[in-house]
Amino acid sequence: MARKITYQQAINEALSQEMTRDPSVIVMGEDNHGGEGSPGEQDAWGGVLGVTKGLYHKFPGRVIDTPISESAFIGAAIGAATNGLRPVAELMFVDFMGVCFDQIFNQAAKFRYMFGGKAETPVVIRTMYGAGFRAAAQHSQCLYSLFTHIPGLKVVMPATPYDAKGMLIQAIRDNDPVIFCEHKMLYTLEGEVPEESYTVPFGEANVVREGDDVTVVTLGRMVHFSDQAAQAMQKKGVHVEVIDLRTTSPLDEATILESVARTGRLVVVDESNPRCSIAGDIAGIVAQKAFGDLKAPIEQVTAPHAPVPFSGALEDLYIPSVASIEGAISRVVEYRK
Amino acid sequence: MSEITLVAMPKWGLSMEEGKVNCWLKQVGDAIAKGEEIIEVESEKIAGAVEAAVGGVMRRHVAQADDVVPVGALLGVIAAAEVPDAEIDAVVAQAQANFVPPSAADEETGPSPQKAAIGARSVRYLKQGDGGVPAILVHGFGGDLNNWLFNHEALAGSRAVYAIDLPGHGESTKDVGDGSLDTLADVLLGFMDHAGIERASLIGHSMGAAVAMAAALKAPDRVASLTLIGAAGLGETINTDYINGFVSAPNRNAIKPQLMMLFGDPTLVNRQLVEDIMKYKRLEGVDTALRTLAGALFVAGRQTTSLRDRVAALGKPTLVIWGEADQIIPAAHASALGDKAQVEVIAGKGHMVQMEAANEVNQLINRFLG
Repeated sequence: MARKITYQQAINEALSQEMTRDPSVIVMGEDNHGGEGSPGEQDAWGGVLGVTKGLYHKFPGRVIDTPISESAFIGAAIGAATNGLRPVAELMFVDFMGVCFDQIFNQAAKFRYMFGGKAETPVVIRTMYGAGFRAAAQHSQCLYSLFTHIPGLKVVMPATPYDAKGMLIQAIRDNDPVIFCEHKMLYTLEGEVPEESYTVPFGEANVVREGDDVTVVTLGRMVHFSDQAAQAMQKKGVHVEVIDLRTTSPLDEATILESVARTGRLVVVDESNPRCSIAGDIAGIVAQKAFGDLKAPIEQVTAPHAPVPFSGALEDLYIPSVASIEGAISRVVEYRK
Repeated sequence: MSEITLVAMPKWGLSMEEGKVNCWLKQVGDAIAKGEEIIEVESEKIAGAVEAAVGGVMRRHVAQADDVVPVGALLGVIAAAEVPDAEIDAVVAQAQANFVPPSAADEETGPSPQKAAIGARSVRYLKQGDGGVPAILVHGFGGDLNNWLFNHEALAGSRAVYAIDLPGHGESTKDVGDGSLDTLADVLLGFMDHAGIERASLIGHSMGAAVAMAAALKAPDRVASLTLIGAAGLGETINTDYINGFVSAPNRNAIKPQLMMLFGDPTLVNRQLVEDIMKYKRLEGVDTALRTLAGALFVAGRQTTSLRDRVAALGKPTLVIWGEADQIIPAAHASALGDKAQVEVIAGKGHMVQMEAANEVNQLINRFLG
């Protein structure tokens, strides 16, 4: 497994391998082939950051550029999914999802339930989230908790190139709607990825690092920040277990509770705003189901309850930092020795 | 100047960049005989002991327990008791000043696995060393060439040593055909053709040992000797609960107890080992490959094929190594070939004896191969 590729290449490879395997898989979205094939347009964009670049020529007719109307093409993708295709729709920034909430929340998520299990909606909606890209308040949010709230949706956010490929293949083969969240700051991250096809199951958290003193539950880009914080704490003799949720729906409660039963201390690290967040959700579950195990109050490390700032200096302060995670870990350790 | 020997962080396997000091097994001032285990270190894959290259006295512990240091970094110093402290301090200071941690660029110039086309299949292999009668390392069920990470280099000092991924394993093609030993042995012999190896010493572990024996029976002239470690194919009994549990385990929690059966010391099964096995099991085609092999070779507590009598009759120089605490294939099978083989049973070690007692196994094999 020596080959290393980027997160972005891993996503492209997953799409390419699944489109080769299954002719019902199509890709659609804004600028996904970027006018390639049209007169005067030679250099395809492949989506806003080039993730789907190269697919148009490999799969003619199966990479579709859509009008700039999220409500229309997300609705079209969901409709196509109910009629036998497996569309992978790219919705540039998760921030734009608001205009197609009815299609996602009220239609795609409900079909299986409302039609007595007879309807399936195997659609994947790929979308970019997260701050750090200097893209300001309308292009930097972490809205995964909104989707996690809705029964009938699966919500996936790979933290590594390995998971990005395996979880996207799993998402495409899944018969339910999947919201596939890609952190824009992870696209250039390199990691070992098998050339062959493989799937990573949903609902199985990844224990990134084992430790018996403190449990850190995290997701997405924060997995890397948390692991750095854990590494720093190791030098101070504090052994931190880092759990990457990988999917927020379904949620791997068992791995979290098993870990907290050992450590008795929990820090949840979530890049999103704190109210009604994954951080709050995990803290609530642990407070209810593992109260007796806890030796210290649960710490949550999140962004503040404020929009992502335009100022780069403020944006850097807004995003949870390795230092703030270390601080939270120290507090739960110091609370009662 | 008297002899001063530096002990450095070893490199176990291609991906190891740093290691953690678990504990010193020899304290400062202890007398050490050559070959004794002096320090236990841990890569992200597995823990193991470093043995002394020379005899002497443990003079310095430069790295302490829990330290994480790069491959090649100084761990400690062995020297004769009469070497003055000042001299040792000077050597330590010099070694630390001159130490350059291995960079990613160096990694790429080291040995790296290759792919060979054998019929319609692609077989991944790694070659280390040159010359002599080449040896080929053949892993067991569900393993790959990394099962030899503690052995490969140590055996390649005076000969070319190849480690291969059998079909259905590692990065080789996942098609195992009918899953029979003959099919796998044909691939092994095909690999020898590809690599231009006329005659080889075959070293097999578990199912790989059965494959090595099957190859020796098919082409006796091409096999110089057999080294059979925790071997399948020497008797009936096998722990098919392990086989079935390994094949069917859907996740980390289910696979871990299975993997713990492989070792005399179950604490050797760490997060990374479990994760690597799950990554392998998730690859397309692996589930079918494992089920096909298990169905052909290991059924209802029994091995379908015993090669014992035919291999005994073949009369090849044979070394049999077993971990006494093997929970997969009983160590009683070690004596299956009677006086036709040199038999070495290692106390307290499990099925993965070549990892758990790497130093001892390497010495036995090197002595056997001559």
